[in-house]
Amino acid sequence: MSLTETELLHVPGEALLVAIRDLLEAKGIVSAAEIAERIAITDAASPAIGAAIVARAWTDPEYRTRLLTNGSAAAEEMGASMRGAPPLGVLENTESVHHLVVCTLCSCYPRAVLGYPPFWFKSAGYRARAVRDPRGVLAEWGTTLPDGVSIRVVDSTADYRWMVLPRRPPGTEGWNADRLAAILREGDMVGVTVPSL
Amino acid sequence: MIALAPGQVVRVRDDWPEARGPVHIRTPHYLRGRTGTVRSILGRFPNPEDLAFARPAPSLTLYHVAFDPASLWGDARSGDEILVEVYESWLEAA
Amino acid sequence: MCEPVDTEPHELSEFDREVDALRQMLAMKRLMSVDELRRGIEAIPEAEYHALTYYQRWIRSIAETLLRKGVITAAELEAALADSGTRA
Repeated sequence: MSLTETELLHVPGEALLVAIRDLLEAKGIVSAAEIAERIAITDAASPAIGAAIVARAWTDPEYRTRLLTNGSAAAEEMGASMRGAPPLGVLENTESVHHLVVCTLCSCYPRAVLGYPPFWFKSAGYRARAVRDPRGVLAEWGTTLPDGVSIRVVDSTADYRWMVLPRRPPGTEGWNADRLAAILREGDMVGVTVPSL
Repeated sequence: MIALAPGQVVRVRDDWPEARGPVHIRTPHYLRGRTGTVRSILGRFPNPEDLAFARPAPSLTLYHVAFDPASLWGDARSGDEILVEVYESWLEAA
Repeated sequence: MCEPVDTEPHELSEFDREVDALRQMLAMKRLMSVDELRRGIEAIPEAEYHALTYYQRWIRSIAETLLRKGVITAAELEAALADSGTRA
C-alpha cells in the first residue's frame, strides 16, 4: 500500500532524515561525506569568534571603525568564514542606547560569528516578547539597564544578520584582547546581558 | 517604486496577502499599516516572496526603518525604538 | 507566545546538526533555498507546528519542498523509508 504525501510528512523526523539522506546519496545529489564535512565546518563557528571581534574593537580604535563600517570584512579579519554568508551588521551600544537582537519571524542569527543560535533565541517566548517587552526579556537574565538608557530592538527580518558591540566594562583598564575576550558571553553580543567581570 | 531617503517618514502598507493565498512575507504583522522613519539604506536583495516559491526574484531595495514602540503597543517607554529591515515594495511615503 | 523565556542552554543532538547541515548543502547546490525552508515551515498546520521540535519542523519542510519540486518522488521516499527501516 503506498503512502500519501501527508502520511509521508507525518513520519517521525529522525526516520525522515535517514531516508532522505540515503535517497539523496543514492541519487548522487548530496553525499554523507559532504554532510559530515558541513557539520564540522558549522561546528567550528562559535561565540569565541564574536568575542575576539569585540575584544579587538575595544583595544584597536581603527578596527572598531572598520567593524562599524563593514561588519562582514572586519569579521573575516578575525577568522569568521563569511563567504556565502549574509552581510553582518554591527550594533554599537552607547551610554544612552542598548541594542537587543531578535528574529520575530523565525531564528535569523549571526551564525558566522556566534555559531548556532541558542535554544532561547529560537523560542516563541523570546521572539514574541523581545519587541513587545524588551526590559521584561532582559530581566529573565537578571539584566537591568541604568535610567536614561533606551533600548533599540533590532528585528532581523531580511538579509542582514546583526551582532551587538557591547560597551567595555569598567575595571578592565590595561587588559589585552585575549583577557577581554574571555569575559564575553554569547548573550552580551545579542543584547540579553551586558559584559561583566 | 520611489526611492526613499534616511529621515523620511514612511508607512508600511496595510495589506494582508496571507488572506489571498499561499505566500511568504517578511514584513511582520505588527508593522502592517504602521508609520516609521527610514534610518538607512541596506542594499538591494532578491525578493524573498519569490525565492520562497523558487520563482525568478527581482532585486528590491532594503531599508532599515525605525518605529516608536509607543505607537505600536500604546504602553511602551518613550525613547525606545524597534528597527526593522523592510523591502521597498512594502513602503510608501507618509 | 508571551511566556517566560527558558534561558537554559540546550545541546544540539546529532539529528539537529545533520538536519542543519543537510539544509545548508541543499542551498549550496541550489536545490532548496532558506526562503523555501521558511515557507515550508510556515505552511505546517498550527497544531502540528507546536508538536514538533525546531529541527523536526525543518526536516518536514525539507521533505515537503523536495517532494513538491520533484527532487524526490513519494514512491522513492517510501522505498527509502522501508529500506532504512529494515536495516539494523
